[in-house]
Amino acid sequence: MGERLLMKGAEALAEAAIRAGAQIFFGYPITPQNESPEYFSRRMPEVGRTYVQAESEVAAINMVYGAASTGTRVITTSSSPGISLMQEGFSYIGNSNVPCVIVNVMRGGPGLGNIAPAQADYFQATKGGGHGDYHSIVLAPHTLQEECDLMYDAFELAEKYRIMVVMLSDGLLGQMMEPVEFKDWVDVSKLKTPDWAIVGKGDRPRNLVSSFDLSPEGLEKMNLDLQEKYKKIQENEVRYELYKMDDAEYVLTGFGTVARIMKTTVNMLREKGIKAGLIRPITVWPFPYKVFEDFADKAKFFLDVEMNEGQMLEDVKLGVNGKKPVQFYGRFGGIVPTAEEIYKAFKLHMGGC
Amino acid sequence: MKLIYKAPDSFAKKQTTYCPGCPHGVAHRIVAELLEELDLVKKAVIVWPVGCSVFGYDFIDTDATVAAHGRACAMATGIKRAHPESFVLTYQGDGDLASIGMTETVHAAARGELITTIFINNGNFGMTGGQMAPTTLVGQVTTTSPYGRKPEVNGFPIHVSEMLATLDGPAYIARASLDSPQHINQAKNFIRKAFKAQILGLGYSLVELVSTCPTNWKMTPVEALERVRREVLPVFPIGEFRVVKGVE
Repeated sequence: MGERLLMKGAEALAEAAIRAGAQIFFGYPITPQNESPEYFSRRMPEVGRTYVQAESEVAAINMVYGAASTGTRVITTSSSPGISLMQEGFSYIGNSNVPCVIVNVMRGGPGLGNIAPAQADYFQATKGGGHGDYHSIVLAPHTLQEECDLMYDAFELAEKYRIMVVMLSDGLLGQMMEPVEFKDWVDVSKLKTPDWAIVGKGDRPRNLVSSFDLSPEGLEKMNLDLQEKYKKIQENEVRYELYKMDDAEYVLTGFGTVARIMKTTVNMLREKGIKAGLIRPITVWPFPYKVFEDFADKAKFFLDVEMNEGQMLEDVKLGVNGKKPVQFYGRFGGIVPTAEEIYKAFKLHMGGC
Repeated sequence: MKLIYKAPDSFAKKQTTYCPGCPHGVAHRIVAELLEELDLVKKAVIVWPVGCSVFGYDFIDTDATVAAHGRACAMATGIKRAHPESFVLTYQGDGDLASIGMTETVHAAARGELITTIFINNGNFGMTGGQMAPTTLVGQVTTTSPYGRKPEVNGFPIHVSEMLATLDGPAYIARASLDSPQHINQAKNFIRKAFKAQILGLGYSLVELVSTCPTNWKMTPVEALERVRREVLPVFPIGEFRVVKGVE
């Protein structure tokens, strides 16, 4: 590990991305993540790399699509309404099999909403968002350190599977300050142009990066190939953290910011002699269904907490598969629940069980 | 016997998929000829559009991609900025470039992106069945202007070349026509200058090619060419609108 620095989240993730080998950034300002493009705009030229401010999120994602088609490590950062504008590009990137990293610092919605932290883009991130049957790998860090560490994995996973990787952050992680320790720099001079990239054909047969096939048979084949890839990812890349789950009778679950708060709730419950634990999905696509299935036999009930109306709840229920009650507590509009509030919600549901 | 004229090696050895009388084939051939003459085939990446020429990569043998409708200049920006050694072209129709993709086009031009755009202006949305485009002439009947384009309902045609020529970013902006051998030769000269603008790193370049769409215009190919001379060129005059020092 390298330097330990006290940094703001949006800046720390930008620094991590640069150290992880981001060669080019395209983006458009939107609160609460403006510190990321601002940081990239200063830092990328310093390290001999490229920063371009696009005229819109629509243009930004298509610039990302172009750069990704050349096999270059490319990243953009945005926040919920901006991410909505990028969905067209995500869908094209999905079916073109090009790698890139997208950061969504989620804020309150729908519509213009507000600039406070929220987690209401879970459906959009994990179920597609744009048109067609596609998926992206979606990582949901709960601390700045984890976000910085995962940035390295994000680029590697993107390249390994030729897929878009989404870092599902939120306004709290974007705006808070925390000490972070950065991993070693990736030596970008050693990154090779992949053999599928479009950079000029030279002496090889030409390459084509495309998301379309007008023949139904051809397009079905493209879809089947995508599904095959997604199956491999589901088999190999599921990540989660188990917190005090060894003897847990009550399972709390949440992702990102909320899960971090829920660790405190688990500790509060443990102090009262209640055997609570936390399952924290780190990949929310692919979702760790199996671990919920495994604990469904042992646990008395599950409590899912999110800063939305219960979007991950559907996946939790799929994992638990009706074996035990799954309760939900959520806050909207940029309100971050406290550990005490979650404790109260737990006690309420405990009484009902 | 001395060979004085042949098909470019990088150009299709098969029939194109365009309608009879469509000038896409002519425009493709000019592009392929110039890529060879300027030794750019191995460096070229062409961003093909959504529209009739979506299959352009089947006819010109270079690395290629197909952008979302209107997004070619943004995608080309990404390619060129990520890999400046590539020679990057976008090939776009008037619906693609001047309607849904106007923002991406204007800003790529304003940034002076080192890319070149071949802009086919045939006054309608060809592939989707001949709907009104931003370049449709006043009075012109299309499937979505069945009573003829009326300014009070649909506004006026957009003069893309003239508009882009007001920006500081472009190095070369010109409009040519594909209605006659003489004009086709001129078009090739204009496109050569546009390529040169990119090669020399002078800025964005675009050549608008006034074309026909006999199928959707419901005319024979010859009638369509006559209409270009009679009705279109008076509204969209050919010529060079911006030539920075070094291109000429």
